[in-house]
Amino acid sequence: MAMATTAGKSAGPRAAPRSFSARLMDGDQVAHVITFIFAASIMLITVLLVIVLWNHSVLPRNKFGLSFFTGRVWDPVAEQFGALPFVYGTLVTSALSLIIGVPLGLGAAIFLAELAPPKISDGLTFIIELLAAVPSVIYGLLGIFVVVPFVRTGLAPWLIRHFGFLPIFKGPCYGVSFLAAGLVLAIMIVPFIVSVSREVLLAVPRDQREAALALGSTRWESTWKVVVPFATTGILGSVFLAMARALGETMAVTMVVGNVTEIKTSLLAPGYSIAAVIANEFTEATGEIYLQALVELGLVLFLVTFVLNGLARLLILFTAQRGGTT
Amino acid sequence: MSAWAGSAHLKIRHGISYFMLGLAGLCALVVVGALFYILGYLMKNGGTSINLDFFTQLPKPVGETGGGMANAIVGSMKLLLLASLIGVPVGVIGGIYMAEFSGKISAFILQYTADLLNGVPSIVIGILAYTLVVLPMKHFSAIAGGFALGIMMIPITLRSTEEFLRGVPLALREGSMALGASKWRTIVSVVLPAAYRGILTAILLSLARVAGETAPLLFTALNNRYWSPGWNQPIASLPYMVWNYAISPYDDWHRQAWAAGLVLLAMVLLTNIVARVVLARGSNAMPR
Repeated sequence: MAMATTAGKSAGPRAAPRSFSARLMDGDQVAHVITFIFAASIMLITVLLVIVLWNHSVLPRNKFGLSFFTGRVWDPVAEQFGALPFVYGTLVTSALSLIIGVPLGLGAAIFLAELAPPKISDGLTFIIELLAAVPSVIYGLLGIFVVVPFVRTGLAPWLIRHFGFLPIFKGPCYGVSFLAAGLVLAIMIVPFIVSVSREVLLAVPRDQREAALALGSTRWESTWKVVVPFATTGILGSVFLAMARALGETMAVTMVVGNVTEIKTSLLAPGYSIAAVIANEFTEATGEIYLQALVELGLVLFLVTFVLNGLARLLILFTAQRGGTT
Repeated sequence: MSAWAGSAHLKIRHGISYFMLGLAGLCALVVVGALFYILGYLMKNGGTSINLDFFTQLPKPVGETGGGMANAIVGSMKLLLLASLIGVPVGVIGGIYMAEFSGKISAFILQYTADLLNGVPSIVIGILAYTLVVLPMKHFSAIAGGFALGIMMIPITLRSTEEFLRGVPLALREGSMALGASKWRTIVSVVLPAAYRGILTAILLSLARVAGETAPLLFTALNNRYWSPGWNQPIASLPYMVWNYAISPYDDWHRQAWAAGLVLLAMVLLTNIVARVVLARGSNAMPR
C-alpha cells in the first residue's frame, strides 16, 4: 500500500516530462502551434496595416482634422492639404463603373445561371474569370490607347450633341476623363459581379423556379420575380465586392482619369482619384506632412474597402446559408 | 373576346420574356467578348512590336529607338522569387492549420480576415512595405518590392491551399490514423501528397495574381534602366515598364509597352489556364 503510493508519487513528476516528450515525438502539439503561428500571420499583417497607416498619418490628422476631407486645395508647397477632389473623383468613377457594370454583370450572370446549358455556362464562366486575372496595368494600357480615343472622338461628341443640355455632359472633352475611367473600371469589376452572382443564383432552390413556372409565369418572370429576389442579398454582396475593387483600383484609373486636381460636374472633364494621387505623388513627396497626407489617404482607402468587403462577405455568406437550409 | 385578349396578353408576356432573356445573353456575350477583344488587340499591337531585342537588350536612353526590356523580365522573375519565399511557406503552412487543426470559430475568423486582406487595395500594401522596409533601409530595393508582393500572396495561397486540403477525403486521414500514425504524420505522408497538385495550383494562381501588380512596386522596387545586381537596389519589372512606357510621349516606347503588355498578359493567362485546367483536373476540389 505504502509502496504503491510512493510509486504513484514518484511516477507523477516523472510522468509529466515523459508525456511532454512523447507529445513532442508525436509532434501533434508542435505542428498545431507552428502552423497556427503561420496562419495567425494574417491577423498580424492586418493589425500591422492599421498601426502603420494610423501612426504615419498623425501630422495631417492633427493639423487638418475632418477639414482634410472637405478642403478643395491640394497645395504641397504651401503644405495645404484638402482631399475633396480625390474623394470626389473616386466616388464619381466608382459610381459610374457600377451604373455600367452592375446591369451588364447581372445580365450575364442571369444568362449563365438560368439559360445556358451547364457545360457552356462553366466554359463561359471560366473565360469571364480569366478577365479578372488580367493585370490592371493592361486595362490601363488599353484604356490609354483604345478607350480614351474612343471617348474623345466617338462617345463624347455624341453625348454632347444629344445630351449636351445636361450638366454632366457639358464642356469640351479631351478623352482623359471620369467617363473613360468609369468605362475601364466597369469592365474590370464585371467578372466579380458575374462569378459571385451566378453562384448565388445557382444556389436558389430548384422548386422556387418550378413553382413559378407551374403557376404559369414565363421564363423571364420566374427569373426576375422569383429567383432574383430570392438571391438579392448575395447579389448585393457581389456589388459591394465590386465597389471595393473599383474604389481601390490604382493603375488603370491613373492612366485614363487625367490626374487633374479639380472638381467638375461634367463626366467628360478630367479629374483625379485617391489611389491615383498616392501612386503619382508618393515618391515625390518631400516633407513629412506631405507624405503623411498621402498615407492618410491610404488609411481612408483601407478602411472603406475593409468595411465594404466585410459587408459583402457577410451578405454572400448569409444567402449561401439561406439557400442551403430552405 | 376575353380569351382573345388573354392570348394577346400572353403573347406580349412571352415576347417580353424572350426579349429580356436575349438581353441577358447579349450581356454575357459582351463580357466574354471583352476578353477576346483584349487578347486580340494585344496580339495585334504587341505581336508586331515584339522582337528578339525585346528579350535580350537593355532599354535605350530617351530619344533613341530600339532596345528591349531584358532587365525588366529578369527583374520580374527576381521579384516573384522573393515574393514566393514569403508567400508560399506562410500561405501553405497557414493553409494546413486552417484545414487540419483549426476549430470552427478560429477557422471562420481567419478565413474572414484572409478574405478582407485579399481585398485591400494593392497600393495600400505598397505603403505598408514602404514604411516597414524602405524607410528603415532608406532606399528602394528589390527586397521591398518582393516583400510587398509576398504579403499579397499570403491570403491567396492560404485560402486556396485550405480549400484543396479540405477536398482530400476524410477516409484517407482515418485510414492513416487507424494504422497508428500521429496527426502530423498523417498530414505529411498522406494528406499533402494527395493534395500536391492542388497546392501547386494554389501557388501558381497566387503567383499569376501578383505578377501583374504594379501599384505596390511604385514606391518599393521603383524602377531601374540598367541591370540590378543583387537584391538591394531598385529593380525594373514588366508591369512597371508597361505603365512607364505607356504614359510616355514617345511612339517607340508605346510600341515597347505593347510588347511588354503582351508578354505579361501571356504569362499571367497561361499560368492561370495551366493551373486551373491541367493541374486542378487531377485534384478533388477547385476553390473559387
